[in-house]
Amino acid sequence: MGAGYKIGAGGEGAVTLAGSLSLADAGHLRRDLVPALEGARTLDVAGVTALDGGAAAVLAAVAAQRGAELVGADGDVARVLALYTERTSRAPLRAPAGHRGLLSHIGDATLELWAAAKDHLAFAGELASSTFGAFRRPGDVRWRDVGHLLERHGADGVPITIVIGFLIGVITAFQSALQLGKFGADSLVADLVSLSMTRELAPLMTAIVVAGRSGAAIAAEIGTMKVSEEVDALRTLGLDPYRFLVLPRILAVLIAAPLLTLLADVVSIAGGLFVAMSSLDVSWQGYVLSVREALGVADVFGGLFKAAVFGGMIALIACERGLGARGGAEGVGRATTSAVVTMLFALVAVDALFSVLFNLWGI
Amino acid sequence: MAKDSIIRARDLAIGYGDHVLMERMDFDVAPGDVFLILGGSGTGKSTLLRTLIGLQASLGGRFEIEGREAPDGPPPYGVLFQSGALFGSMTLGQNVALPLETWTDLDARTIQELVCAKLRIVGLDGYENHMPAELSGGMKKRAGIARAMALEPRLLFLDEPSAGLDPISMAELDDLILTLSASLGVTFVVVTHELASIEKIGSTCVLLDRDARTIVARGDPRELKETSDDPRVRSYFHRGAEAPAR
Repeated sequence: MGAGYKIGAGGEGAVTLAGSLSLADAGHLRRDLVPALEGARTLDVAGVTALDGGAAAVLAAVAAQRGAELVGADGDVARVLALYTERTSRAPLRAPAGHRGLLSHIGDATLELWAAAKDHLAFAGELASSTFGAFRRPGDVRWRDVGHLLERHGADGVPITIVIGFLIGVITAFQSALQLGKFGADSLVADLVSLSMTRELAPLMTAIVVAGRSGAAIAAEIGTMKVSEEVDALRTLGLDPYRFLVLPRILAVLIAAPLLTLLADVVSIAGGLFVAMSSLDVSWQGYVLSVREALGVADVFGGLFKAAVFGGMIALIACERGLGARGGAEGVGRATTSAVVTMLFALVAVDALFSVLFNLWGI
Repeated sequence: MAKDSIIRARDLAIGYGDHVLMERMDFDVAPGDVFLILGGSGTGKSTLLRTLIGLQASLGGRFEIEGREAPDGPPPYGVLFQSGALFGSMTLGQNVALPLETWTDLDARTIQELVCAKLRIVGLDGYENHMPAELSGGMKKRAGIARAMALEPRLLFLDEPSAGLDPISMAELDDLILTLSASLGVTFVVVTHELASIEKIGSTCVLLDRDARTIVARGDPRELKETSDDPRVRSYFHRGAEAPAR
């Protein structure tokens, strides 16, 4: 029994409670009262001198569970008790979830997947319809936004592309020089750097940078517009959010990604040149000649084609997740995270597919 | 059925998916009215508004706005959302100009003059180049009204215009609604909780009830408050307490 109160028998079917009760006593009080009220009809609280909300809540709940009537309350004690005993609660709209089994979770996951599939289909349908409409009425698309978006998603990404491209070129040249040196094939560093960069690493690394910079920004921007009712406002102004928001962004990133990739091609090859000249005793003329001999037009344009596909994919995923955002700031965060994770997975998966296809096509 | 109704709804049912919030709703909104949609939280007031402005499909029945079930071209109404929903990347001037640029052939200078005029009548003269983030809540709502009025609609929908406003801003917004209604003959459909606004601006109203899942009262809100014997109506207008004896 807690030190601040005393429970006793008060006659036929009655239990008495006395003392000063607070939230700190609530745990003891519950443990002591539950057995004490077994079969009791009333709980006389006349001896309670002080009572706070926490203790009153427990008192009221235990008395109700045991079917005992609270009697004898007076003054402040009566007012606090009344708050917890007289207020009627509305039935909840939905019953609280109890323990749920594995099958229930599988069912929920399946329904979520089905809902997501329907959302993807709806997005694809709306986008196709808007794109078709844009061909018929090009004036409906916010073309003027494309230039501004190109600057934001292309030009503003130039510094980071240069730094990353150059460093990747340096790393690749160093690593390949170490291995090729064992066979006395140092001279092939230029071939290896230029081919691996233009065909594979520059498009992929640039796409990852674009996904992190532009994809996340687009998903967050459109997601914020969605949860703050700006997308609804567009619709009520008779404007199609797909033509107004989605198409300009897809176009901008579709153009920006190959341009940034081309830049990454050049600076990464320059990174290789830096290593070749500083560590391998290769002249710049020799390096450039090797690059010219190793690289074909198909290598460069194959990489740029991939970059365009990656760019379009990034913008599509970002817009789709942004438009699907729900539920305030947390929803925007979820949409952005989901967009970035999906983009990275899709980039690697599609890149693998390209590797197979390029091999089949002999590129 | 009123012949000159700007909105008429018959047997309308609203909700989400399979969950019906309200059903069997019949109402007419007459031109020039300030029509209030009232009800407790979660009754479906905003859902009804979203259904009427086409952002959500109805679950049954039908409704017409200006005699048409689905507008073709620019919507024949303007909408003020609860948050104002101004486009955050555009200035106030660009926000108001957007529908004019989209749906009219007006030259840039005329549009600029119209934008200034719209902002002036909502008390935001000189704020053309301000970004929405630089404005207070009440100013955003007024700018939202200016944008909603850009194409001179005869009908404006306002979703909880008083939400989040201090009493002075709330009163200013109420005055603006009454001024626009009186001067331009604009019809307003307003979702609101504010009893002071209800009595001040409402010319007619419908009261939605969650348990009945339909409209339980309609008419002049002041008359309903004073004369209704329905306990649901008395509870709503007297903040849950029993109304004083009449």
